[in-house]
Amino acid sequence: MELFINRISKANQFIISILLVSFIAAVCYILSGFIGYKVVAFILLFTVSLLAITLDILPVLAAAVLSALIWDFFFIPPHFTLWVSSTEDLILLLMYFIIALVNAVLTYKIRQIEKIARQKEEKANTVKLYNTLLNSLSHELRTPISTIIAATDNLQAGNSKLNEVHKNELIAEIAKASFRLDQQVDNLLNMSRIDAGFIQPKKDWCDITEIIYDAAHRVEENDILQQIHISIHPGIPLFKLDKGMLEQILYNLLNNAVIYTKPTCSIKVSATFYADILEIVVEDDGPGFPKAEINQVFEKFYRLKNTVTSGTGLGLSIVKGFVDAQKGSISLENIDTGGAKFTIAIKGETSYLKI
Amino acid sequence: MNKAEILIIDDEAQIRKLLQITLQSNDYIVKEAATAKEGSIMAANHPPDLIILDLGLPDENGHEVLKKLREWYTGPIMILSVQRTEEDIIKALDNGANDYLVKPFRTGELLARIRSSLRSTNAEESIPIITCKNLMIDLTARTVKKDDETVKLTSTEYNLLSLLVKNEGKVLTHHYLLREIWGPGYINQSQYLRVFTAQLRKKIEDDPNRPAFILTEAGVGYRFVGE
Repeated sequence: MELFINRISKANQFIISILLVSFIAAVCYILSGFIGYKVVAFILLFTVSLLAITLDILPVLAAAVLSALIWDFFFIPPHFTLWVSSTEDLILLLMYFIIALVNAVLTYKIRQIEKIARQKEEKANTVKLYNTLLNSLSHELRTPISTIIAATDNLQAGNSKLNEVHKNELIAEIAKASFRLDQQVDNLLNMSRIDAGFIQPKKDWCDITEIIYDAAHRVEENDILQQIHISIHPGIPLFKLDKGMLEQILYNLLNNAVIYTKPTCSIKVSATFYADILEIVVEDDGPGFPKAEINQVFEKFYRLKNTVTSGTGLGLSIVKGFVDAQKGSISLENIDTGGAKFTIAIKGETSYLKI
Repeated sequence: MNKAEILIIDDEAQIRKLLQITLQSNDYIVKEAATAKEGSIMAANHPPDLIILDLGLPDENGHEVLKKLREWYTGPIMILSVQRTEEDIIKALDNGANDYLVKPFRTGELLARIRSSLRSTNAEESIPIITCKNLMIDLTARTVKKDDETVKLTSTEYNLLSLLVKNEGKVLTHHYLLREIWGPGYINQSQYLRVFTAQLRKKIEDDPNRPAFILTEAGVGYRFVGE
């Protein structure tokens, strides 16, 4: 409602209130043989009240004054004059005038209060989102940093109880933590690029097969237990798209599937094409997404309510950002037999060059 | 052979320290400079066998430093930088860098790249037969054998392979490859490269989907790895 009103200009609001009051008055005038002028007063008051709910204060006040004058001029005997003959009618007119004004002002005040409450709520939500972001970010960055500091402390302290196995374990932890830190920084940089709005896809001919295998290998390098199955339409042409973005999209989707499914699950990537549209599907046989949250997962910093793994909630929003940047579409659905299925469709120039 | 001498030009003391340890423990002689000015003077006074150059130096833009060094220095220059955009990498390679490694880097990768950069300058002129793992390329006879069996290559495939092999370890940009093999009119026809590398990989790689010889440098070019 608020949005609707905001879109009507001030001038139009005056026109609407004058037209509506005049129209209602005209109808009443036609029906004046059947209804008394006192009933007309109620109908006009009702009209002003309706306007007060939707329009700004000034157009409503205008409607209040106009309707009072119309009522006086056309309906209170003697007709066609502002003169009021009986004391009773004079009191009625005054009362009408006051009620119409009070009505307009009160409704306006209530709406102002509502607006302030809404703004407060919005601000509270922003603060909440900001805090969630800070919490998850500081957690995501501090965990690996703490690991590195603690592990190096241990190694530096000349702790004689540390045997070779322990030392190697600590070194492996440092390596893992640094890798995680590097990935998070990448995520943040990607997200800020998307937010800043200056990501222009750098289009070049892409060998889709190569890109999918490369992304899968990058994920497999993290010592994953799930199997990644790849199936690509053998006749797939070269597509002119942004290779870096495409690979990051696939990496994030695959990485997500790995993180959120059991080691026994399997992940499938398939690619096909319909004329100049490339379609890539990434699906798994894991738990799928909770129905209530499925529409929110692409939002920035959104994390599933019952999630136990750590993360910043950036992965899928980066995917969405990179798909959007290439004017493509992405959808997510749960598979009937269990699991999540992401479908990406991107239009691009194709080349069927063969040797 | 004498120990190779490497000059590091990087303003980050931590990175210099790390490189120093890594390189010294691998039998290289290490010299360090923290600014472009200092580095240029050191290189001029006593030209090293290889220069590792950071692009983000405090006193001068790294690309400019690279250009100036290239005016007289003929040894390999390896860029080590946090800047990872394709534009930066291509620009550096076009300005004469032999290789480009992005920070954070893996030590193993760094050492392998240094070895191959030094090797290609040492080797210079023709070694007629190059053997890499199960692959043998005879540059005089223009033949390629995999596991002792002759691989049938078209002449374009062979030209592409031999160009990559002769520059083993070095990233060759899309533009460079297209110009050298197809001609100056083709430098924007990267679809040729995609198709021919895919074809070539099918013929020489054990698993074309996990290439071990012809590696893709995303958005930049291709690199042949023989080790």
